[in-house]
Amino acid sequence: MSVVPPIPLDEMIVCPQCDAAYRLERPGAGERAVCQRCGTALITPRRKAGLQIIAVSLAIVILITAATVFPFLSINAAGASNSVSILDAALAFSDGPLIALALTTAALILFVPLARVLLSIYVLVPIVMDRPPARGAAQAFRLSEALRPWSMAEIFAIGCAVALIKISDLADVTFGPAFWMFAALVVLVVVQDNFLCRWSVWKSLDKPRTS
Amino acid sequence: MEIAGQTPDIISARDLGVVACNRCAKVWPAGRQTCTRCGSTIIARDTKSLQRVWALWLVGLMCYVPANVYPMLQTRTLLNVQEDTIVGGAIELVHHGAIGIATIILVASVVIPLAKFMAIAFLAISVTRVSAVSKHQRQRLYEVVEYIGRWSMIDIFVVAIMSSLVQLNTLAAINPGRASLFFALSVIFTMLSAQAFDSRMIWDLQSKPEGHSAND
Repeated sequence: MSVVPPIPLDEMIVCPQCDAAYRLERPGAGERAVCQRCGTALITPRRKAGLQIIAVSLAIVILITAATVFPFLSINAAGASNSVSILDAALAFSDGPLIALALTTAALILFVPLARVLLSIYVLVPIVMDRPPARGAAQAFRLSEALRPWSMAEIFAIGCAVALIKISDLADVTFGPAFWMFAALVVLVVVQDNFLCRWSVWKSLDKPRTS
Repeated sequence: MEIAGQTPDIISARDLGVVACNRCAKVWPAGRQTCTRCGSTIIARDTKSLQRVWALWLVGLMCYVPANVYPMLQTRTLLNVQEDTIVGGAIELVHHGAIGIATIILVASVVIPLAKFMAIAFLAISVTRVSAVSKHQRQRLYEVVEYIGRWSMIDIFVVAIMSSLVQLNTLAAINPGRASLFFALSVIFTMLSAQAFDSRMIWDLQSKPEGHSAND
């Protein structure tokens, strides 16, 4: 089919989920543009979103680093005790072929969230400062978006709750400092993800690079 | 535009002769190969998509069988060593009176994975023929599958936390069993299978009058 589009391509927006095409109308800050057919949010701009996301991202980097090394949980039963960090938990599957699972777990709960945050800082800082996009910013943002479903910090947090209830009749469990850091971290990761308007970021990355 | 159906004023990008990048949604003229904004390959309709969906689906299903047959947890106490499968562990919890936790585990590791296999299979079959289920419902189903798929990993995380924490020398120790590896693989492959599904295919049939087959 070769129908000539009635409007220029730059003034068109297409829903990535259902392929519906619309004439572009930018919503104001706080408003959302939603696909009429399938309800997917297309544009969700926020005032000063870039700066907020960068601030939250920096907090996430600090929290992930700290939560990784400090003791996370410790248990006590009849005089014997044990305390672990998140990294210990992730690397629990460490004998034989389960080592692959250990690395996967560590990636899903620590390294993927960390990588996504670092990538979004790299992409957003030049945009917020009204500079041309950083070298390879588009590839960085594409990678960050591809990693999105594989960032599972919030699932790990619910997993903690389930594990704690299972263990609690076997032994006394106490929370270490990293537990609270991780709890804050999960909230921030969700906030960071929801503040981001992907369409606006891609639009900003469209500007020609000066190099 | 001859568009049948309940939403007459919505036109698909393909009918306009344009194509949107799958990753960054930039609009290009139809036939464009790569998106120069983000560098992704542009595929107007992924005809091989269903093959990939089914291949990954099958691998996921194959991994799900050993995940339920092999033990998930090995609990060693002073007196005995006990190995529990996923379902066995949940039954054990019910005997201890923890019905809530048993329900969470059964839902997360049995009900959701099985429902996910059925949902992906249903979606993949439904786009090849005229389906009785409305497009909105199928789009909703796809979003639910994509959202909920990741949550099956919870059982792996529970095993990881328990087996790293409960290491009390001779008193008690919990170790992960072989099933954990297969279960994780099963979750990962079903997630990949759901991602391989091109949800735009759900909406394509709308633009065609009833009775025509959709063989493109």
